[in-house]
Amino acid sequence: MSVDMRTYLGHVELVNPIITAAGCAASGSELAQFFDLGRIGALTTRSITMAPRAGRPTPRMAETPSGMLNAVGLQGPGVDAFLERELPWLSQRGVRTVVSIGGGTVAEYTALARRLTDAPGVSAVEVNLSCPNIEDRGRVFARDGAASAEVIASVRSVMRYDVPVVAKLSPDTVDVVSVARACVDGGADALSMINNPIGMSIDTEAMRPSLSAVTGGLSGPAVRPLAVRCVWQVHAALPSVPVIGMGGVLTGRDAFELILAGACVVAVGTALFHDPYACLRILRELEELLAARGFHRLADAVGLAHRPPGSSPRHRNDLEETSL
Amino acid sequence: MLTTRRVDAYHALTVVAPGIAERFRPGHFVGVAVGGAQTSMLTRRAFFVHDVKPDYGGTVEFVFTVGGPGTAWLAERRARDTLDLIGPLGRPFPLPRDPVTCVMVGGEYGSATLFAVADALQSRGCRVDFVLGAVSADRVFGALRARRMGETTTLTTEDGSLGMRGKVTDVLPGVIADVRADVVYACGPIETLRGVTAVAVEFDIPVQVAVEERMACGIGVCMTCVLPVIGDDGVTRMVRSCVEGPVFRGERVRFDDVGTIPFDALGAPGGGTRHVG
Repeated sequence: MSVDMRTYLGHVELVNPIITAAGCAASGSELAQFFDLGRIGALTTRSITMAPRAGRPTPRMAETPSGMLNAVGLQGPGVDAFLERELPWLSQRGVRTVVSIGGGTVAEYTALARRLTDAPGVSAVEVNLSCPNIEDRGRVFARDGAASAEVIASVRSVMRYDVPVVAKLSPDTVDVVSVARACVDGGADALSMINNPIGMSIDTEAMRPSLSAVTGGLSGPAVRPLAVRCVWQVHAALPSVPVIGMGGVLTGRDAFELILAGACVVAVGTALFHDPYACLRILRELEELLAARGFHRLADAVGLAHRPPGSSPRHRNDLEETSL
Repeated sequence: MLTTRRVDAYHALTVVAPGIAERFRPGHFVGVAVGGAQTSMLTRRAFFVHDVKPDYGGTVEFVFTVGGPGTAWLAERRARDTLDLIGPLGRPFPLPRDPVTCVMVGGEYGSATLFAVADALQSRGCRVDFVLGAVSADRVFGALRARRMGETTTLTTEDGSLGMRGKVTDVLPGVIADVRADVVYACGPIETLRGVTAVAVEFDIPVQVAVEERMACGIGVCMTCVLPVIGDDGVTRMVRSCVEGPVFRGERVRFDDVGTIPFDALGAPGGGTRHVG
């Protein structure tokens, strides 16, 4: 029995819910030698910035239990080179592309969105809000609902109406639900979570921080419970908003966990470093898992763990009053 | 997995991997997953391929030293265990068209990757000489094989337990002058490569270095193994040693700036023009 794996990001249909996470697929061509990028739901680019960025000095990476710390510093070619080479390469191959953008000011995000507006092959724009806000002493936008909403509203206002704007949220905030709500009020068509929480490790041989940047983003299965919690809380508060769930997904089971929490799309990140074939394997495992539990459609499983106790195991009825 | 053996201070693992052996070129490396199926160690370990053989459809041998829990796990593998590895990865050593004289410089177990290069060079009629060095005798990898293959082999150890006391860079100028070397091939710790490159630049001969940067993926997506390299256009970029390397022309690598972002690198903080609007 085959399961209908189609899912929607806003009104953009994806053939299946498995996509790559921002910053984990480089330009796309690196992974294309391992599998056909057209077979996954979408590819998320690294966070594109206005100017080329050299990133952070090495060491940029430290392995931690069931995860890793990274401080790459958004190394990338800048929007001009991206539009000239990387995006056309993807769109010529028919790869659905979620373009991640990163900036230091609201104006920079807006300028990036304006550059993307006329570019063919942009399926959605994901706004990386975990960037330091130059105008607010380097506090990251994602910590604060108002700052996040300002970026989202500005990007939404210049982006083509048919390109969904996705706000990428960080767990490093007092109340992820209030940031999520602010972003949706600002015009976000969808939300993605979680970006890397900030961690640190110390090399006990050298007796210094392991990373040259001292702190770095923690990713991998170590953060999965944090991701499940954030997706759960946001989906409970905003059940009609599509959520891209990510955070340490290694297997179909892990993807299913985020889907049950409320994600309709699942991004694979750190797993790609371990296994370049991870996306298609996770997709196959997820499909088998859904089939084994008697699901005909992926959509029926989204947020299913929120159903009230005692209700049927396959269908949720708590949404009938709230979201219709 | 086929065999595992100790070579002095190092471990050498041979695996049956026909797909990798078939496409192997000298300088390629493999990315090895460690810790088994339920591992908590997510990043792959990168090792240069030491040898490929046609037995069993194609075998691949790599050499490593135990430096942490991942390589410790690897050192405990035995024949018939299965190992998850991807490869061949990276850009291999370029080989000269003409029969020239080549000096192979290996620091620590960096020499492991040089024997396949030497093989290819000799089959093209090149003369090959070896300079191998390490801290102590048990950390000089492949001295016997170098003696068999090379016209001359010079060994150095910092404690004087084998060959000359000192570093490979101390004896390299003499070797280059004696054999009238046309080109240098080197692999080893970054400090060794820096010294070797300086010597080759002094003699105004090309030098090819294979770097061993820390990496998580080996396939170009994690962006953690970068180092500053000068491109054909004269612009310094932070390039990935896994896909743009691991083999570079030595004089193009800014060894003094490894571990930093040089201020004139493309996209360096404050260096690039920030244009908004």
